[in-house]
Amino acid sequence: MFYREAGQFYTSYAKDQGIFQLRQDKYGLWGILFIAFIVIPVGLYLLVQGGLMAASTKDYLYNSIFLLLLVNSMAALGLNILTGYCGQISLGTAGFMGVGAFAAYKFSTGMNYRNQHEDDAGELVSQLVPMLPPIDNPLILMILAGAVTSVVGVIFGLPSLRIKGFYLAVATLAAQFFLVWCFSRVEWLYDYVSSSTIQVPPMKLFGLVVTGSETVMRDGQQVTIYPAAETKYLICLATVVFFAFVAKNMVRGRIGRAWMAIRDMDIAAQLIGIRPLATKLLAFAVSSFFCGVAGAMLFIFYLGALEGAEAFNINESFAVLFMVIIGGLGSITGAFLGAAFITLIPIFLVIFFPWLGGQFGIPVSTALVEHIQFMIFGALIIIFLIMEPLGLARLWQIGKERLRQWPFPY
Amino acid sequence: MGEFWEFVLAPVLIFESWQFGMEVVISGLLAGVMYSLVALGFVLIYKASGMFNFAQGVLVLFAALNLAGFIGLGIPIPLAILLTIGVMILFAIVVEYLILRHLVNQEQIILFMATIGLAFFLSAFGETIWGSDVKKLDVGIPQGRFEPFGIQIQYLELTAGAVAAALVTVLAIFFNKTKIGRALRAVADDHQAALSVGINLRTIWIIVWAVSGIVALVAGTMWGAKSGVQFSLSEIALKALPVLILGGFESIPGAIIGGLIIGLGEKLAEVGWGPYVGGAIEDWFAYILAMVFLVFRPQGLFGEKIIERV
Amino acid sequence: MRLKGLTLGLAAAVAATGIAAPAVQAADSQYFPLLTYRTGPYAPNGIPFANGTIDYFNYVNLKHGGVNGVKLVWEECETAYNTKKGVECFERLKGKGATVVYPNSTGITYKLIPNAPKDKVVILSSGYGRTDASDGRVFPWVFTAPTTYWSQASAFIKYIGAQEGGMDKLKGKKIALIYHNSAYGKEPIRTLNLLARKLGYKLTTLAVNHPGQEQKATWLQIRRDRPDWILLWGWGVMNQVAIKEAINTGFNLERMIGVWWSGAETDVVPSGAAAKGYKAGTFHAAGGDFPLFHDIKKVVYGAGKGFKDGEKYIGQVLWNRGILTGVITTEAMRNAQKKFGVKRVNGDQMRWGFENLNLTESRLAELGLKGFTKGIKITCADHEGNGPVLIQQWDGKKWNIISDFISPMQEVVRPLIEKSAAAYAKANKITPRKC
Repeated sequence: MFYREAGQFYTSYAKDQGIFQLRQDKYGLWGILFIAFIVIPVGLYLLVQGGLMAASTKDYLYNSIFLLLLVNSMAALGLNILTGYCGQISLGTAGFMGVGAFAAYKFSTGMNYRNQHEDDAGELVSQLVPMLPPIDNPLILMILAGAVTSVVGVIFGLPSLRIKGFYLAVATLAAQFFLVWCFSRVEWLYDYVSSSTIQVPPMKLFGLVVTGSETVMRDGQQVTIYPAAETKYLICLATVVFFAFVAKNMVRGRIGRAWMAIRDMDIAAQLIGIRPLATKLLAFAVSSFFCGVAGAMLFIFYLGALEGAEAFNINESFAVLFMVIIGGLGSITGAFLGAAFITLIPIFLVIFFPWLGGQFGIPVSTALVEHIQFMIFGALIIIFLIMEPLGLARLWQIGKERLRQWPFPY
Repeated sequence: MGEFWEFVLAPVLIFESWQFGMEVVISGLLAGVMYSLVALGFVLIYKASGMFNFAQGVLVLFAALNLAGFIGLGIPIPLAILLTIGVMILFAIVVEYLILRHLVNQEQIILFMATIGLAFFLSAFGETIWGSDVKKLDVGIPQGRFEPFGIQIQYLELTAGAVAAALVTVLAIFFNKTKIGRALRAVADDHQAALSVGINLRTIWIIVWAVSGIVALVAGTMWGAKSGVQFSLSEIALKALPVLILGGFESIPGAIIGGLIIGLGEKLAEVGWGPYVGGAIEDWFAYILAMVFLVFRPQGLFGEKIIERV
Repeated sequence: MRLKGLTLGLAAAVAATGIAAPAVQAADSQYFPLLTYRTGPYAPNGIPFANGTIDYFNYVNLKHGGVNGVKLVWEECETAYNTKKGVECFERLKGKGATVVYPNSTGITYKLIPNAPKDKVVILSSGYGRTDASDGRVFPWVFTAPTTYWSQASAFIKYIGAQEGGMDKLKGKKIALIYHNSAYGKEPIRTLNLLARKLGYKLTTLAVNHPGQEQKATWLQIRRDRPDWILLWGWGVMNQVAIKEAINTGFNLERMIGVWWSGAETDVVPSGAAAKGYKAGTFHAAGGDFPLFHDIKKVVYGAGKGFKDGEKYIGQVLWNRGILTGVITTEAMRNAQKKFGVKRVNGDQMRWGFENLNLTESRLAELGLKGFTKGIKITCADHEGNGPVLIQQWDGKKWNIISDFISPMQEVVRPLIEKSAAAYAKANKITPRKC
C-alpha cells in the first residue's frame, strides 16, 4: 500500500538512471542514514545521561559491535566486488587487510628504517630514522593504506589470468600465507620491535582525539583525554558510507558491467571486446583498495594494537567470504547484511545461552556455550545455504516484492 | 662463490653432506605422504560430488577423537577401530540425508561454504562429546628410528608411507575392479549419464563420504600418533590444500605425487633458504610452489583438462 | 517464509536478552571478569589454568566467606585465545565493576594495555604478555608479577652455564631456540641475542608457524647444527610435537628446556614415559602436596562445588599457576582494603594494592603454600617483583622441581625493559611517572 511505484514517472534520463527507482527506497536510505548518523549517537547519549544505560554499555556497543560491524562491512564490500561482481574467489582477504593495517602504521610513524652500527665499546647501537614526515590524519592514512593494498592486490591477482575457480581460490591462499609471514618476519614493517606487534600512535582529527590519549592542562590540573567512542564510530561510518556509494556507482556503470560479463562467461566477454587482463586486475585493485581501507580501519579504530599474524589469520579470510555469500553475491546491500549476520549472531548466541540458562536456573559453562554457539552457527549457515543460496540480499528483494503487492496480492 | 649464489643454491648446497641431504629428501617425501593422506579424502569427495570438502580436516579430527575416545573407555583397539568406522559410516548417512540431497545442483561455492558450516558444527560436536583434553592415541605404531648409512629414518614416518601405499592400492582396486567403484567413476564423469543408467546418486554419495571418513581415520591415526589427539589436528587441512592444487582436485595419484613434490619442495626450501630469511617459510612456499605449477597447468598436474566453449 | 520467521524470532530474542541495563552490585562483593579459553587449539592449556583461579576464589568464599567478608563473584567469558573475542568479552564485562583482568593471551594483553588507565582496570599478566610493561613508571596499570619472559631467558642461560660448569664455559656453545612464530615466541630473542654477544655462545633461532603440527624441517636443522642445548618456546600442539620429535630424533632431553608454557602435564601426554628427562621453566612449585590444595579438595570438591571432573587437575602445573594468579589478586585486594579501610575495592585502590604488594614467604606459609614460590615484592617502578625462576623436570609420571630459585640477570634485563618502555612512552606521548 505504502510501497508502490504507481504515480512515479521518470521525466528525464537522469531520473531514469537514478540509483533508486522508487521514492520510497530513496527515503528509506535517507532514513537509515539518519538513524545511523543522528539517532544512534544522540539516542545513546541521552540514554546514558538519563541513567537508563551504563556508560560502559554504550562503549561496549560502539567499540565491540558497531565498529566491528563497520570494519567487516567494509571488507565485505571489497570482497564482494571481486567475488560477487567479477567472479574471482579470493581467500586472501585477511592478508590484504593486513597490508592496509601495516601500510597505515608505516605511514603514521614516518616509514622508519633502522640504522645500526657498533659503537667504540663494541655495543650494538641502533636508531630509527624516518624517511617521511609522520602522518597523523586517519582519513589520509586510510586512503594511503588502500592505495598500497591495491598495488599488492594487483600483483597477487596476476595468476587469475591463467587460473580459475577453486584453483584460484586456493592459489590466493598463497597471498594470504605469504603476507602473514611478512607481517611476522619483515622487521621493517613493525619498526623492529622484538614482539612484531604494531601500535597506533596518538592521532587527532578536527581537533578531536581519535587514538591514543592526550594530556592537557585544564583549570591548572592535568587532564588526560581519551578518544570518545562516538568519534571513532562517526569517522568509520562516514568512511563506509562514502565507499559504499562509490562501489554502488562503480558496479552499475561500465566497469561493473564489464566485471559481470567476465563473471558470467569470460570467453563471451572477450568476444564482445572486454579485455580480461585489464578488467580482472581492475577488480583486484578496487577490491584490495577496499580491503586495505578496512584493514587500516581495524587497526586504527578497532584494535589499536595488533600482531599481524594473529589479527589477519586465515579464519578472518573465511569469515569475510562468509559475509559475502550469506549476504548475497553481487549485492552492495548484501555485503552489509552479511557482515551483520556473521558479526552479530555469534555474539548474540554467546550472550543468549547463559541468559536462557539463567532463566531456568541452569548454569551453562562457557565451554559448552562456545560449543553450542559453533554448532548452531554451523547449522545456521548450512540451513541458510540450503534454503536461500542467493543470500540475505535475495530475501530482502523478495520482501520488497511482497511489500509492493501488499495488501492486495492480485 | 658469491654470497648471492650461495643463497640461490642453498637448497642444493645442503647436499654437501650427502647423508644430511638424503635425510632431508627422505623426510620431505615422507612428510609429503602424510599430507597426501589428508588430501586423499578431499579428492574422493570432489570426484563424486564436485564438492570441495573443507570439513575434511575436521573429519580427521573427529575420526581420531572417536578412536582415542573409544580406546580411552577401555574398548580393545580392533573393536574401537570398527566402532569408529561405524561412526564414520553413520556420519556419512546423516550428512547425505541432512545436507547433500538438499544441495543438488547448487554452485560450487555454495557447496564449499556448506562444508565450512559442517566443519564448524562437527568440531564443536566432537569436543562436546569427548572433551578438549589432549588424548594419547597409541594403536601400536612403532616409535623410534634406525640409521642406515648414518641417514636417520623414523619408523612412524615409514609406517605412514607404507600405510599410504596400501591405502592407495586398496582405493585403486576398489575404484577399478568393483562394481561400486565403476559406478563411482561413472558418477565422477557425468552425473546425468550415471543417473540415466540407473546408478543411485545418493548411495554413491554415502559410500564416498564413508570412504573418505575412513581415509580421515587413517590420517588422524598417523598424525595423532605424533601430537596426540586435539583440536589443532583439524588445521592440517591447510597443509593438504597445496597438495590438492598441485595434484589436481580429481586425481588420486595426483594427491600422492603432489604430496611428494610439496613435501620435498618445502623441506628443501625451509632447510636451505629458511635460515637466510628468518625461517618458517614452508607454509607459504608450498602454496607458491603449487601456484607456479598452476600457472603452467591451470587444472593441476593430473587434473582433467578444462575445455571452454561459448 | 520459514526463514523470515526465523529472522524475526532472532530479532525478538535479541531484544529480549537486553544487553543494556546498568549492573547493580552488592557492596559486599567484588566482581572479576575472567577471560578464559576452554575451546579452540589451546584449550588443553586453558582449562586447568582457568580452573585453578576459580577453584581458589571458590575456596576463599566457602572457607573464609570471601576476602575480609567480601564475597568474590566472577563471570567467565570464552575467548578461544582469540584477540577479537577477548576484546569483546572485556568490553562487555568491564562495566560490571571489574577492577582486575587477566587477559590470558599475548594479543589481548597488547590490546588492553593502552586503555587500562581509562578503564581503571588492573592488568595482571603473570609470566606472559608484554615484558617491558614491568616498568611501572610507564605502565602504571600493568603488572607482570612474579616474573617475565626476559627474566626467564636470562635465568635459563644462567642455569645452562651452571650445568656446563661456569658461565665462562658457555663460550662457543651452541644453543638453539625453537619458538612459536608469534609475539609470544619472539619475546626472548632480544635478550638471548644480547647475552650471546656478552657470553659468546652461538644462538640459532628456529621459528615454527602456528599450529606447529609439522616440524620436520625444524628438527632436520637441529640434526644438522647439533646444538648443545635447546630452548623450546612453544605453545599448544607445538609442544607435544617438538617433544615427540626430540625423542624420535634422539636428542638428549636432559638438554632441552621448555618455557613455562611448554612445561605442563598436557605437553608430555602423547609421549608419556618417553619424555622422561625433559625440563621446563616455572615460577612456582609443581605437584599437589600443599596444605592449601588438600583443603581445596576437601572444602570445594568435598562439598561438590568444584568443576565436573575438575579434581584431576589439582596439583597440575597450570592449575597451580591459576592458584598463584588467584592468590596474588586476593592478597592485593586485602592490601587495598587495609589501606583504604573499605570493603569493596575500586580500580584505583586495587591498583594501589597491587603496587604495594609484599607477598612474603611467611604469608605464603599462612595460606598453606609454604615454599610454593619465592616472596613477591612489587614496587612503584618494578611491577615484576623479583622474578624467581625454577627448573622442573618430567620423570615420566610427574613434574619435579630440580633447581633452586634462580634469580634472573637483573643487571641485563632491567635496562632492556627500561629502554623498551621509554621507547613506548615516547611513541605514545606518555610522560613517565616519578617513582
